[in-house]
Amino acid sequence: MSRIVFAPAIQRHMPVPERTVAAATVGAALEAVFRQQPALRGYIVDDQGQLRRHMAIFVDGQVIHDRLRMSDPVGAGSHIYVVQALSGG
Amino acid sequence: MSDQLLVATRKGLFILQRSSSDQWQQAQTHFLGEPVSIVLPDPRDQTLYAALNLGHFGVKLWRRSATRQDWEACAVPVYPPRPEPAPAPQPDQPPAAPWSLQQIWALAPGGVDEPGVLWAGTIPGGLFRSEDAGASWVLNRALWDRPEREAWGGGGYDYPGIHSICVDPRDSRHVAVAVSTGGVWQTYDGGESWACTAAGMYAEYMPPELREDPNMQDVHRMVQCQDAPDTLWAQHHNGIFRSTDGGRHWQDVRAQPSTFGFAAAVHPHQADTAWFVPAVKDECRVPVDGRLIVNRTRDGGRSFEALQAGLPPPPAYDLVYRHCLAVDASGERLAMGSTTGGLWVSEDGGNRWHELTAHLPPVYGVSFS
Repeated sequence: MSRIVFAPAIQRHMPVPERTVAAATVGAALEAVFRQQPALRGYIVDDQGQLRRHMAIFVDGQVIHDRLRMSDPVGAGSHIYVVQALSGG
Repeated sequence: MSDQLLVATRKGLFILQRSSSDQWQQAQTHFLGEPVSIVLPDPRDQTLYAALNLGHFGVKLWRRSATRQDWEACAVPVYPPRPEPAPAPQPDQPPAAPWSLQQIWALAPGGVDEPGVLWAGTIPGGLFRSEDAGASWVLNRALWDRPEREAWGGGGYDYPGIHSICVDPRDSRHVAVAVSTGGVWQTYDGGESWACTAAGMYAEYMPPELREDPNMQDVHRMVQCQDAPDTLWAQHHNGIFRSTDGGRHWQDVRAQPSTFGFAAAVHPHQADTAWFVPAVKDECRVPVDGRLIVNRTRDGGRSFEALQAGLPPPPAYDLVYRHCLAVDASGERLAMGSTTGGLWVSEDGGNRWHELTAHLPPVYGVSFS
C-alpha cells in the first residue's frame, strides 16, 4: 500500500484526507482517490487527464517524469505527495 | 434602476448595495483571495454565477440561487478528448491551443424562452452551452470544428478566447459571439451553423493582405442594444466599429482622443448612445495624457463627449478591461472598474461619476443586478 498526501493549499478548496491506496502507478493511485472523491479530479488534472501545469507530484522524494499519463511506478510503502508549484503573486 | 453592483476582481467577488440614502456600500464579500474571471447575475431568476480561475487547481464555477445564502459548485465546461496528439510547435509560432479549459471569459443567459440555458465563452476559443443552469455543459462543435478556428490567435492571453455573447432578444436561436482574436461569429439556428460576420472591420497593424480578413479581427468587446438588437457596437484593437444590420456589416467610428480601448457599453433603449474608455494605443495601454475619461456618443458615433466629472484628475493610469463598464436596464446608471482598483458609478448616464473606492484588487468585471 502507498500513502498519498495532498498539500495544504488544496485543503481550503476541498478537504482531501491522507489515504493509503493499492496502486502500481501514480495515475492508478490518483484514480483510486478520484473514485472516492470525484470532484477532486478537476483540481488535479486538466480536461485531457494530464497533471495540471502548476501542480507537481513527488514519489519518495523524486518528481514524476510522466505528467501526461502519470505512469511513474509506485512501490509498496511509497509516499506520494501531490503539491502545488509556486506561481503568481 | 439596479441597486446591486457585482464586482469581480483578481482577489474576490464584492457585492455593493445602494442604500435608501443613495450611498453605495460594500455589502458582501465572496471568494476572497481567488481570481473571479466573470460574474453573471441571471435576470431570469436572479441566480448568481461566478467563474473562478484558481491557477494551480483550474477553473471552477459556482452559483447561488436567489433563495439561498450559500454557493453550490456547478460543473465546468470540459473539452472533449483531443483526437490526436498536439502537433509539434512550429518555430516562431505559438503552440496550438490546448483542448483544456483555461478560463471562463464570458457567461450569458439564454433567452427568456429558454429557462436554464446558459452560454459560456472560454479560453481557448470555446463556446459551451448548458441547458440545466450549469449542471452540465456541451462544447458547440459546429463552431469549434470550423477550420477558420485554427487561425484564431491569442489577444490578451496566450490563446484565443470568446469574451462577448449576444443573444438576440427577438430570437434566442440568433446568437453573436466575438473572439479575441477571430472576428465576430453568428448563428441563426441555435448554434447548428455559424458564419463569420466582421465585414467592414479592419486591422491596420496586420499585413496588408490580412487587414480586412474577417477572421483576423481582434474584437475586444461587443455589445448589443436590447431594444434595437440590429445595432451592435464593438471596441476593436484597431478602433471602434458599429453595425446597424445585426452585425453583418460594420462601420468605422472616429473618436478623440483615441479609439483604442477595451470596454464598451450601449444604452439598452437608445441604440445611438454608447460609452467607451479610451487608452493611448495598443503598445501604451494607459489613459491619454494620464486623463481618465469616458467617451460617450449620443448620435450613433458622429460625435463624442469626453466625460470626466468625478473621475480622478491627471495623472491617473487606470485601465478599464472589457467587462468593466456596465450600464443598467434603465440606461442611466453606469459602473466602471479599473485595473488599479478604482470603482465608480454614475447616476446620470456618465455626466458625473462618484468614486466608490480606489482600493479594490484589479477589477475583471462589473455587473448590475
